[in-house]
Amino acid sequence: MSARENPHRKTIIKSLAAVVAMFAFGFALVPLYDVFCELTGINGKTSGRYELGDTQLEVDETREVRVQFVTQNNENMPWEFRPTVAEIKVHPGELVQVDFFARNPTTKAMVAQAVPSLSPSQGIDYFHKTECFCFTQQRLEAKEEVLMPLIFVVDKALPADLKVLTLSYTLFDQVAAVAQQEEESLTLVAR
Amino acid sequence: MSTVVDTNNNSHADDTHEHHGPAKGIARWLFTTNHKDIGSMYLWFSFAMFLIGGCMALTIRAELFQPGLQLIEPEFFNQMTTMHGLIMVFGAVMPAFVGLANWLIPMMVGAPDMALPRMNNWSFWILPFAFGLLLSTLFMDGGAPNFGWTFYAPLSTTYAPDTVTYFIFGVHMMGVSSIMGAINVIATILNMRAPGMTLMKMPLFVWTWLITAFLLIAVMPVLAGVVTMMLMDVHFGTSFFNAAGGGDPVLFQHIFWFFGHPEVYIMILPAFGVVSQIIPTFSRKPLFGYHSMVYAVASIAILSFIVWAHHMFTVGMPLVGELFFMYATMLIAVPTGVKVFNWITTMFRGSLTFETPMLFSVAFVILFTIGGFSGLMLAIAPSDFQYHDTYFVVAHFHYVLVPGAIFGIFAAVYYWLPKWCGNMYNEALGKWHFWLSFVGMNLAFFPMHFLGLAGMPRRIPDYALQFADFNSISSVGAFIFGATQLLFLYLVIKCIRSGEPATDQVWEGAEGLEWTIPSPAPYHTFTTPPEVK
Repeated sequence: MSARENPHRKTIIKSLAAVVAMFAFGFALVPLYDVFCELTGINGKTSGRYELGDTQLEVDETREVRVQFVTQNNENMPWEFRPTVAEIKVHPGELVQVDFFARNPTTKAMVAQAVPSLSPSQGIDYFHKTECFCFTQQRLEAKEEVLMPLIFVVDKALPADLKVLTLSYTLFDQVAAVAQQEEESLTLVAR
Repeated sequence: MSTVVDTNNNSHADDTHEHHGPAKGIARWLFTTNHKDIGSMYLWFSFAMFLIGGCMALTIRAELFQPGLQLIEPEFFNQMTTMHGLIMVFGAVMPAFVGLANWLIPMMVGAPDMALPRMNNWSFWILPFAFGLLLSTLFMDGGAPNFGWTFYAPLSTTYAPDTVTYFIFGVHMMGVSSIMGAINVIATILNMRAPGMTLMKMPLFVWTWLITAFLLIAVMPVLAGVVTMMLMDVHFGTSFFNAAGGGDPVLFQHIFWFFGHPEVYIMILPAFGVVSQIIPTFSRKPLFGYHSMVYAVASIAILSFIVWAHHMFTVGMPLVGELFFMYATMLIAVPTGVKVFNWITTMFRGSLTFETPMLFSVAFVILFTIGGFSGLMLAIAPSDFQYHDTYFVVAHFHYVLVPGAIFGIFAAVYYWLPKWCGNMYNEALGKWHFWLSFVGMNLAFFPMHFLGLAGMPRRIPDYALQFADFNSISSVGAFIFGATQLLFLYLVIKCIRSGEPATDQVWEGAEGLEWTIPSPAPYHTFTTPPEVK
């Protein structure tokens, strides 16, 4: 450009700043969607471990809620994975345990992670898990099988119009991810 | 296209810059910084892409002429639908509008050239390389991208052919070109208007392009971001869209459509501007409701940022999300309705004549409105569950893009071609082009509404027998429309080479700075800014 002041300098700088900002915004959307869904609770993701207070265990015998369990395997995950019961009726406030069956049919040890989702999403704030196999990764040796517990309580404040809650688990193969992590920690620690 | 003779009659003693015509030979086109040369190159490039993308569409329609697999393999069919979409959106429609912007914006605002002429040259010359990269994938092992023009991940990251990387770099390059073009348009419009040309005196084509340029700057970087994430998922082991690694497949659709919905307005707003120039001319009345037109375009642009998820009603969104995006989408009908009302009211009791640009513009208003209405049907979340991913969607977006964007471009070319090359085009041929395009296009796309409502899914090479009749009608229409474009090519070449000389004003009712300069437009115009009262 010429030595004299370029009349378009300001416009160009502002435009380029907008371009850079929008490129960054595209990447910022990745965490932003999660944050937005968490704040508004519209994503169906259930929250983590719930600590029960003493008073909360009074059971509301006057009404019943049906809780259904659905499981599925992601992509080529070979494990057998199913709930031992498909549906149970619970009273709000009642502490309930349900077991999920998992079996590793392969000849290698494998690590898996179950990811929960609850439908309808309006029920998320009222479904509390005090213990869940989905809080940690599950490791099964070759041909090993296991019953994995889920302990939950449905909040007494559950809106009256919600009569059915469906809890869905998707099981992910974590072998590759774990191997990668171990490799990284190995190089870090240099054992 | 423009003459070599410099007819600039402005003399200025202190101007050290020597006036000159275009350079000779290929160098003129490689190194040119002239907005008219670059505009012509954009338009020719776009037309070449239009024909290539059109051949892909005809391959699709030939295969779908009857049920069963006749001509091509399903894998190749998928490549054709993908490439047709990408080429038409990024290679035909967008560069055509940038070409029109290059030719017209400086002449309309009384500027001597675009604000950043060297960057202008770059913006154009990136394009042939971007599309060379994209088209070369057709000849590679594994074939061209085959995941649909919306390239949903993880389909496009996990199961795509290796050529996906070429596709990603191609999109990056087109993005860079579009962003540079947009910055150029903004700088030209904001800084180089002739004295007295206030913002609210600008022709509507300039207004719509200013708003389009802002949309481009806002969303092309997001597109670049999303393909970059794809690149990292494919090659660098990240898991943006891979659920097994903690990513989110739906996230892709959210980010893509955050770009994608403003993108559809990028493709239609300049066409709004074009018909807003043409309809007053052939109605011999000023445009009805100029201010409301400007505000309507701005409202459409702003609303385009909060409606994206109406493309993904069926992903399992929460009810509150469905409702928000449904109502927000329906809201867009209001400013669009204002525009259609203003165009019709401009024609009302005008002394109308129907030269080819006017024919295309009137067809634009009618057919774009049909496309708008099917858009409203799709906007209604509960019924969208029936229409989603059917031919109804294909019918809808072809009704807004073909008689919308493409007819807008045709109208613009007919309207300004005499100004560009100094000769009138052959009106009889122009009318043939219009009527054949009109009939062919409606034959091709109207039956798709019925097919979609009856349940024919999109992006399939074969279909159930009950869809056969409408599909064969559709294919016949597509071939009529496609063949007609060769007539258009002949007409344009003929007009450039010969034809009745055009007057400076060209059209009896035409108003605006571009009609005050000689026809053909001299290589350099408005080296001294005109006074606008």
